[in-house]
Amino acid sequence: MSTKETLFDASELTVSMGPQHPSTHGVLQVKLKLDGERVIDAECVIGYLHRGVEKLGENQTYGQFVPTLDRMDYIAAVSNCLGYCEAIEKMLGITAPPRAQYIRVLMTELNRITSHLLWLGTHALDIGAMTVFLYAFREREEILKIFENYCGARLTTHMFRIGGTQYELYEGFEDQVRTFIKDFPKKVDEYETLLTQNRIWIGRTRGVGAITAKAAIDIGLTGPALRGSGVNWDIRKAKPYAVYSDFEFDIPTGSTGDTYDRYMVRMEEMRQSARIVSQAVEKIPAGPLMAKLSKIIKPPVGDIYHSIESPKGELGYYIVSDGSTMAYRARVRPPSFVNLQALKQMVAGHMVADVVAVIGTLDIVLGEIDR
Amino acid sequence: MTFLRDASIGQFTYLADETAVHWPKTEEFELVYILYSFEKNQYLRIKTRTKEWEAVQSVVSVWGTANWLEREIYDMFGIKFSGHPDLRRILLPEDWVGFPLRKDYDLRLQDVEWVRKHLGIESGQKYYVGEARHESPDYITPTD
Repeated sequence: MSTKETLFDASELTVSMGPQHPSTHGVLQVKLKLDGERVIDAECVIGYLHRGVEKLGENQTYGQFVPTLDRMDYIAAVSNCLGYCEAIEKMLGITAPPRAQYIRVLMTELNRITSHLLWLGTHALDIGAMTVFLYAFREREEILKIFENYCGARLTTHMFRIGGTQYELYEGFEDQVRTFIKDFPKKVDEYETLLTQNRIWIGRTRGVGAITAKAAIDIGLTGPALRGSGVNWDIRKAKPYAVYSDFEFDIPTGSTGDTYDRYMVRMEEMRQSARIVSQAVEKIPAGPLMAKLSKIIKPPVGDIYHSIESPKGELGYYIVSDGSTMAYRARVRPPSFVNLQALKQMVAGHMVADVVAVIGTLDIVLGEIDR
Repeated sequence: MTFLRDASIGQFTYLADETAVHWPKTEEFELVYILYSFEKNQYLRIKTRTKEWEAVQSVVSVWGTANWLEREIYDMFGIKFSGHPDLRRILLPEDWVGFPLRKDYDLRLQDVEWVRKHLGIESGQKYYVGEARHESPDYITPTD
């Protein structure tokens, strides 16, 4: 802490929040410049969790790199896996068989629900609503059980392979998913009864961290954070990948771009994901799980950019191949990294307590930011 | 770049990604800009090459996103951006030596050197001296 006298007889205070602060969701340090309780400037210090994922991508074969990617956004590991596998498949000029595609969409959407549930629980906890956390984790557990039954892991799942999926669905999978999906929309309503009309919740979120659509695009916000500002853009609709074009779902948008709108967008997204899952589980086609491809994966010389809609935003992969078994360059465009950049302008002028709300609403995962 | 953002043919208002690739044989960096236009629903990839020692014009004034992306490129490749408001390392500590995503920054070599320096013994780990995958002109063997 240090103080500096300012012109108007008040003192400017520098407070370091984190890296061991419970509300920063990992090892994020925010250096706040304060004028009393008001934030003048916020500077993020990141990199505490840097593991050199992009360098590892150049030193592992294409297949070996997939489980490493699960360790980036460990809350939504399935999305990471999907984006990368699809990028390499695009380079090789193959597509996964329909059965694998449906399983992929199903798992990714279930994973989107778990990611949003974890966001909801921790975000509400940060703002002071303890109960929602317990409810959200109850449902999240059900999905993690499905993942565990399917592939043996709960978080870093490594479900997909380049060219398809590895595992066949287990017996009783459809029923387990159906049971979950049948009740889930009611559960979302239940969370909403705790928050949506809650005066404290509205007071803490409405008008906090508002960002206009133009500013959001300029700073590169994507995902629910962008849609909260009223931009109707979702890669699942704009550039459909996998078999998303087969399903009916809506893209919820907000209008004011504040924390409350982003909350509403994510709540609705959970319902829409449940809608996709309920459609997908009814029409999983029969057939093989893996496309025919050689054991050694050698994409042709060239480069590719493929992006998908991860729960946090646009997750892009820029892969350069030199024709060997390892990527020449494996760039990841992490949504959290770019979204966190907006923190500075979103908290300026707000109270210290609102910084916690804004970090929560950006839905960051430090594993993905630092890579 | 400003033309691409504002002109009616594109309106590429969103910079999805900016990154670099190192090509040591020609001592060049390739800068890759990935733009997106909401109006046209179209991605655009712009690639430009620069010599290793040359500074590049920053695009922060055109797209705010580029701020951290260019800091990361500087951090990982050592490319200097002229006109960048705050060009510091972002993921690595300030006192870090070297630029990890350059091709001459060899991972296995780092391991061997660390063991030699800190433990005073020769590492038994295999490293690929002659058959280094991305051979660069300034690739040094551990015995140098």
